[in-house]
Amino acid sequence: MHPASFGYEAPASLEEVFGLLRQHGEDAKLLAGGHSLLPAMKLRLTQPEVLIDLGRIPGLSGIRQDGDTLIIGALTTHTEVSASETVRNLLPGLADTASVIGDLQVRNRGTMGGSVAHADPGADLPVTLTALNASFMLTSAEGGRTVAADDFFVDFFTTALEPHEILTAIHIPLPAAPTRTSYAKLPHPASGYVVVSAAAALTLDGSGACTGARVVLGGVGGTPHRATGTETALNGQALTPEVIAAAAERAADGIDPHADSYADEEYKRHMAAVYARRAIEAAAARA
Amino acid sequence: MSTEQSNPNRLIGASIRRVEDPPLLTGQGCYVDDVKLPGILHVAIHRSTHPHARIVSIDTAEAAAMPGVVCVLTGDDTGDLALRAPMLTPEMNMPEHPVLARGTVHAVGAPIAAVVAESRALAEDAAAAIGVTYDSLPVVTDAEAALEDGATLAHEELGTNHCYTMKRENGDVDKAFAEADHVCRLHMKSPRLVAMSMEARGVLAYPDPIRKELTVWMSTQGPHRSRADLANSLGFPENRIHVIAPDVGGGFGSKGCVYREDVLVCHVAQKLGRPVKWMATRSEDFLTTCQGRDQAMTSELALSKDGKMLGLKVRVVANLGAYLHSATAGPPQRMLVMAPGCYQIQDVRVEIVSAFTNTVPTGPYRGAGRPEAVLNIERLADKAARDLGMDPLELRRKNYIQPEQFPYRTGVGVEYDSGDYEKSLDEALRLSDYDQLIRMRDEARERGELVGVGVSTFVEPSGGAGFESGAVRVDRTGAITVLTGSSSHGQGHETVWAQVAADLLKVPMEDVVVRHGDTIAIQQGTGTFGSRSAVMGGGALATAAERLVTKAKAVAANLMEASADDVVQVEGGFAVTGVPERTVTWRQVAGAAHAKGTPAGMDPGLHETAFFDPNREAWGFGAHVALVRIDADTGELTIEKLVLVDDIGVVLNPMVVEAQVHGGLAQGLGEALCEEMVFDEDGQPRTGTLMDYAVPRASTMPPLIIGETETPNPFNPLGVKGVGEAGTNGAPPAVANAVMDALSPLGIDHIDMPYTAPKLWRAIREARKG
Ligand SMILES: Cc1cc2nc3c(=O)[nH]c(=O)nc-3n(C[C@H](O)[C@H](O)[C@H](O)COP(=O)(O)OP(=O)(O)OC[C@H]3O[C@@H](n4cnc5c(N)ncnc54)[C@H](O)[C@@H]3O)c2cc1C
Repeated sequence: MHPASFGYEAPASLEEVFGLLRQHGEDAKLLAGGHSLLPAMKLRLTQPEVLIDLGRIPGLSGIRQDGDTLIIGALTTHTEVSASETVRNLLPGLADTASVIGDLQVRNRGTMGGSVAHADPGADLPVTLTALNASFMLTSAEGGRTVAADDFFVDFFTTALEPHEILTAIHIPLPAAPTRTSYAKLPHPASGYVVVSAAAALTLDGSGACTGARVVLGGVGGTPHRATGTETALNGQALTPEVIAAAAERAADGIDPHADSYADEEYKRHMAAVYARRAIEAAAARA
Repeated sequence: MSTEQSNPNRLIGASIRRVEDPPLLTGQGCYVDDVKLPGILHVAIHRSTHPHARIVSIDTAEAAAMPGVVCVLTGDDTGDLALRAPMLTPEMNMPEHPVLARGTVHAVGAPIAAVVAESRALAEDAAAAIGVTYDSLPVVTDAEAALEDGATLAHEELGTNHCYTMKRENGDVDKAFAEADHVCRLHMKSPRLVAMSMEARGVLAYPDPIRKELTVWMSTQGPHRSRADLANSLGFPENRIHVIAPDVGGGFGSKGCVYREDVLVCHVAQKLGRPVKWMATRSEDFLTTCQGRDQAMTSELALSKDGKMLGLKVRVVANLGAYLHSATAGPPQRMLVMAPGCYQIQDVRVEIVSAFTNTVPTGPYRGAGRPEAVLNIERLADKAARDLGMDPLELRRKNYIQPEQFPYRTGVGVEYDSGDYEKSLDEALRLSDYDQLIRMRDEARERGELVGVGVSTFVEPSGGAGFESGAVRVDRTGAITVLTGSSSHGQGHETVWAQVAADLLKVPMEDVVVRHGDTIAIQQGTGTFGSRSAVMGGGALATAAERLVTKAKAVAANLMEASADDVVQVEGGFAVTGVPERTVTWRQVAGAAHAKGTPAGMDPGLHETAFFDPNREAWGFGAHVALVRIDADTGELTIEKLVLVDDIGVVLNPMVVEAQVHGGLAQGLGEALCEEMVFDEDGQPRTGTLMDYAVPRASTMPPLIIGETETPNPFNPLGVKGVGEAGTNGAPPAVANAVMDALSPLGIDHIDMPYTAPKLWRAIREARKG
C-alpha cells in the first residue's frame, strides 16, 4: 500500500500553481485534503508524477456571507462547514451533510473543493450543493469562470473542471424567502459513502405553500440527480403528508442506478423514494 | 459484572486494569514492523489476479533491473519449498502449497513472484512491474456446488474437490426419526468472514551469521508451533530457530498457523544472509489470511408432539478454500462435539464433508466452528417451537441437560463438566425483563411494526487442543518471573498471569514479570486460541505455582528451623503457624534456595514448570436475549436491547472478561449484521477492501446488559472456563432468532446472516408479494 514515487510542490500563490500546472500538464495533480487522492494513489489507481499542495495558498478557505450569497472557500474542511454557525443558521441541510461524511479524521482533512472536484458518485456534498443551486468558481491563468452545479457534474468522477483550472470557491445563493434545507443519507455499511441519499431545498411562502423545490438524489447515477418529477409535484402545494408521499413516489422516475456488491438496482430505486420522502419531511419540519 | 470478593486481599477475581495498555495506547508498543535491523531487505509479492489459471509466462526482467532490487524469485527458484501442514486424518486430500506458484494458481492472491529490495516502496514498485500471462481455467467457489458430480475442479491434479469426511453417530437415529411426531428441517449457511486484525500479518527473519541460527519475529498466536512448522517446511532444525512474537495486534485465530510468506521470507533471508521483512498490506490480508465460517448445514431435528427432542441429524459442508493451512480443516469438526448443544439428545448423527474451492483458505476465526454449531441447534430449536406452536423457552427447558446430570455424556460422546442452563436462562430473562419485551413486541406487532425477540442458550467448549506450559521462577534476589506458553496477542495475559501468580505466591502484583512469546525464553508452548488460555495457560501456571510454593515452604522451614507442615504463607513470604513473628520473605527463601539452603535431598533453585493437559475441554455456557426492530421501508435492522449472561466458571479478572465479551460480541454482531466476504461467479473477490467489506464499528454496539452466573469447573485448578468467544457464539443466534421472530408474521422461515438492509428488504418485499 505504498504509492508509486512522486514529486511534491507546495506553492504559496495561485500564480505559482498556474506555472506548475503549465510545466507539468496532466502529470500533476492538485492536492487538497488528500482523502480521496491519497487512497487512490496507495492503491495505485492513479500515479501522478507531481502533487501540487494547495494548502499554503492564502484565501482559499473560510466561510462568509456576502449579501445574498454564502461563499465557501474550496479548502474549507467538512468539519469547518458542519461547525459553522453561519452555515447552521442559514443552511442547516448543508451543515448536516458535512457532518455525516466519513468519520472525524476524514472530516478534519477533507475539503469541500476536493469533494466537488473529485465528483465521487457516492459523495455527499455534490448532492446538497446541487439542491442548493450552488455555483463553482473556476480559476486559471487565463482568468475565471463560474459553472452552476447543474452543469458542473458530468459523469462518474468527471466534472467541467479543465486540467489547468482550480476550483477556488463555492457560491451558494441565499433566497429572500425562507428556504428549508435537509439531507437524508443511507450510508454504505463499509465505506460510509452514499448508497442512496437525498437533499431537499424547499422555499415556502407565507401560507406554507412550496414555491420552489429542489430535490436531488445521490448514489443513483454518475452525478447528483435532480428529481424533477418530485419537484414538480411539490411546487405550489401545501406540504401535507399526502403531498410529500405522492411527490416522493416520483423520485425514482427516470433514474438508472448502478448495482454494487451491497445494493442492487431495485433496492436503490426503492430507497430513492424512501430517502426523498425523508429529506422532504425533514426539510418541511424545520422551523 | 460483579467484582465482589469474599477476601478483599485476593487478586484473583479483582478488576485490575490491564498493565499492557499504557504502552500500547501511547504508541510505545513494538510490533514486527517496528523491529529495525541494519542491512534489512524488504519483500513485496506479485500475486495472482486469477482465481484459477495456468501461468503461461512470468516476465521479471524489468523488475529485476529496477533500482534497489536485490533479486526477484519465482516458483522456478523456490522449487519444492512449500508449506507443510500436518495431516488431520490419513485419508485427507492435500493440495500442493508451494511458497511461490508452480505452474498453476488456485486463488486470487496466490503468490507468483517475490521481489527483494532495499526498501518496501522499491519492492512494491518492482512487484508492480512484473508481467504475468495466464491461461484461465474454470472456477468453483461454493462448497456445496464443488461436491456435486461433475463439478469444476479447484485443483485439477487432485481429481476431486473433496478433502475429508468425518462422521459421528450415537444411538439409533433412524428409529428416533421413525418414531417422531414431527421433524423440523433447516438449511443454513454461515457467511464467510474476514479475521481483520488491526495488525496485518508480518514476518522478519534474521539469519544469525555467528550461531548459524535463524531468528524470526512473527505476528503469531503460537511461537512454538510456528517454530515447528517453519522447521518442517524449511528442513532446518527446530532447535536452531528462535521465534519471537513481539506485540501482536490481534489474530482472532487467523495467526495460529504459519503461512507461506513466513517460509519464503526465512528462506530468502538464509539464502541472502541478510535480514528480510515482509508485512502484509490490508489488501494482501484480505486475499491470503485464513477466513472464517463459510459452512452450510443441512439439519433435521426429530421431536415428539409435546416438544421432546428425540433425534438430530446434521450434515456440514465446509468450504476450505484453495489451500490447506495447519488449522484450515479444524473448525468444521466442532460440530462433531457440539451438535446437540445444551439438550438431552442421545440419538445423533453428524457428518462433515469439506471441499476445496478457488477461494481464500478458511480456518479458525473467533469461535472457529462453535458459532456454526450454536447457530445450527438454536435455530432448529426456535423453528421447532414455531412448527409445534410451542413457546421457544418452554421447548428449551423441556430438553435441557439438568444440573444433577453433570458430568454429562452427550449424544456425540463428549463429557460436559458442569452446567445449569435454566439458571443462566432465568438470569437472562430477569435482566432483560423478558415478559415486558414480549408485551412490547406484541403491541408493536399490532401496529404492524416488525419487532422480534430472540433467545439463544448455548454451550461452548474451550481449552482443548494440546497442552500448555507454565513456569514460575524466583531468582536470587526474590524477583519473580512467570514463563507462559500462552501467547498473548491482546488478551491481557501480562495482567492476568501476574494477578494469578501474585495471588498464589502472596506477593504484590508489581513484583511479578510475565514473559511469553519467545521460544528461547519459554520452555514450550501451544499458544493462544480457542478461548484456551485461562483454562490451559492458567492451569499450567497454577500447577507450577503450587509446586513452587511447596518447595519454598520446605526451604522456609529449613531457614526457620521448623517443620514444613507448620509453615504457612503470609503476605510477602512465610511464617510458622502460631508463631507469627517467625517469618521469612521470598527474598530470603530465594537466596537460601540458591545458596545451599534447600533441605537435604532437594535440588537447589526455585524454578518449577508444569505441562498441563486436563484431557478434556471446559464447557462454558450462557443465555443471550435480543430485541430487534426492522424498518420495513429500508430493511434496516436495529438491535434495541441485548442481554448476555455467560457462565465461565471462576472469573479471574472481571474487567478483562467484560472486555472479552464486548470484543467477541462486536465480532458476533459483525457476522449477524454486516460482514460477508463475497466472491463472484468468476472467483473474483467482490468485498476485498474495507470500502466493500463492512466491519462493525463502535456505533454498531447496541445497548448492552451483561450478567453472569458462576458454575466452577471442577476439572482445572482455577475452576475456570474460556470466555474469548462467548460473544461470537451466543449472540448471533439470538439475533437470528429475533429477526426471524420479527419476520414471522410474514411467514418467513429462515434467512441466513448477515442481515443487511437490502437482504431483509428483499425478503420482506417478496413475502408481501406472496
Ligand atoms: C475513510 C474515508 C471515508 C470517506 N467517506 C466519505 C463520505 O461518507 N462521503 C463523502 O462525500 N466523502 C467521503 N470521503 C471523501 C472525503 O470527503 C474526501 O476528503 C473528499 O471527497 C475529497 O476532498 P479532499 O480535500 O480530501 O481532496 P483530495 O483528495 O486532495 O483531492 C481529490 C481530487 O480533487 C482534486 N482537487 C482537490 N481540490 C481541488 C481544487 N480546489 N481544484 C481543483 N481540483 C481539486 C484533486 O486533484 C484530486 O483529484 C471519505 C474519505 C475517506 C478516506
